[in-house]
Amino acid sequence: MAKEVAVLGVGMHPWGKWGKNFVEYGIKACNDALDDAGLEWNDIEVVAGAETVRNGYAGYVAGATFAEALGWSGARVSTSYAACASGSQAINNARAMILADMADVILVVGADTTPKGFLAPNAGERWADPDWLRFRLMGCTNPTYFALYARRRMDLYGATEEDFAAVKVKNARHGMANPNARYHKEFTMEQVLASPMVADPLRLFEICATSDGAAAVVISSMEFARKHNVDPVKIRAVSTVTPTYPQTTIDMPYFSTDSAATVDAPALTFKDSIAQAAYEEAGLGPEDMSLAEVYDLSSALELDWYENIGLCPKGDAEKLLRDGSTQLGGRIPVNPSGGLASFGEAVPAQALAQVCELTWQLRGQAGDRQVEGAKAGITANVGLFGHGSSVICSV
Amino acid sequence: MTQKSVAPSIEGWFTTGDTPHLIGTQCKICRTYFFPKQDLFCKNPGCRGTEFDEVELSRTGKIWSYTEHYYQPPEPYISGDDFEPYTIAAVELDKEKMVILGQVAKGVAHADLTTGQEVELVVETLYEEGETEKTVWKWKPVAS
Ligand SMILES: [Zn+2]
Repeated sequence: MAKEVAVLGVGMHPWGKWGKNFVEYGIKACNDALDDAGLEWNDIEVVAGAETVRNGYAGYVAGATFAEALGWSGARVSTSYAACASGSQAINNARAMILADMADVILVVGADTTPKGFLAPNAGERWADPDWLRFRLMGCTNPTYFALYARRRMDLYGATEEDFAAVKVKNARHGMANPNARYHKEFTMEQVLASPMVADPLRLFEICATSDGAAAVVISSMEFARKHNVDPVKIRAVSTVTPTYPQTTIDMPYFSTDSAATVDAPALTFKDSIAQAAYEEAGLGPEDMSLAEVYDLSSALELDWYENIGLCPKGDAEKLLRDGSTQLGGRIPVNPSGGLASFGEAVPAQALAQVCELTWQLRGQAGDRQVEGAKAGITANVGLFGHGSSVICSV
Repeated sequence: MTQKSVAPSIEGWFTTGDTPHLIGTQCKICRTYFFPKQDLFCKNPGCRGTEFDEVELSRTGKIWSYTEHYYQPPEPYISGDDFEPYTIAAVELDKEKMVILGQVAKGVAHADLTTGQEVELVVETLYEEGETEKTVWKWKPVAS
């Protein structure tokens, strides 16, 4: 039996630095998604919220916070936290309830209000928390890890600073056509390469900012969708796998990898395995994808993703970028939304925003950033503490 | 001028002296290595070990990757009054088959590093707290 659920409606609050409460953004996204689905709030049986850890108690209980703001309706509620994969985990919980016949139609929502600058660990002296200790003992920020991966691509595969800049130039151009993106500005290669070095070899314009924003998705059983007489975009897979021991790629926020002295390293890296699990569940492969939305926390990281989601063998990502395959109009456009380069990161909303983009693309509603004839797409992201996710949608 | 006292920034993570080592643990059952020390439960999914030997890890390894930082990181990093760029390396230990992060020793130019280069562990001052110099492990290219 196919384990499909329907995407009935999607909605977003534009990304930016708006300085408002995260709930305001979330409610805007919810109402847009409900309108898009042709439903009212009272039709929703469950609210699945993605938690924001930066907005106090209301953020910790995001599902209930949005339910209360929309007006207590007796809907069931859940809240998920999985770092950058929070939105996908919320979708997965919602999907599980639908596939188990526990509910027909569910509202999934994530929203964030972010502070300025580098993401810093929680305050206080916390000598047992690796996320705190890496800052204290090494000055190791998130861009540290992105830079380590980038430098390794240069030394192993011949990636150049121009390649990293070209990813930013591409995604910025894509984002100009997206009304929900935070930045609508074209960049030249020269401008990117002239921006200050942050963590060598990564420059300021190649590292994603933090943003406010919100995204919401209404999902339902296929039966419910058919009763509403719609031919919806389908969610074919949601992968939220954890790493397989030993995890031999250094990952945030750790001091070390696992040791491969006793147990051999697995054939697939963690990021490979996230996408692999999604492909297996969907019964589709990389060759079936029309587009991909991947987590370009840095421009260089997008190149790693080409390989992780199977668009090319290891070491060939630069070739794919240079021949134009991953730009709009190419064989497999990556980040047609503009990606994190155009959005900045709003953690609990970001994985949901990726699904919103797939939905608009697969419906042919993506305007000037439309991937012609899009039939299927994949999202991928990864976050702190062994979290990551991939969602595959198709027409 | 009084001599400042010297103390590790964190207890039990590394030894000091001429040939310092990081201190890890090794599971008594499956012999897997851990750093920082794991002493409650073995992380090997095929092992239920709960007892560990404390071991000194290899003090040399090869650079897996490296990066130089040009901006002052947020707290709880302690930068002192004038911030200076610093380099971080990820270093692969051959025997333990693991990669461990650390800052690179002062005075080593980022441009002089390459992936695959051999480095050794040293202990240097990380920051000063009152009259105490707080130390940390760092990686330094092996003199050729
Ligand atoms: Zn063990």
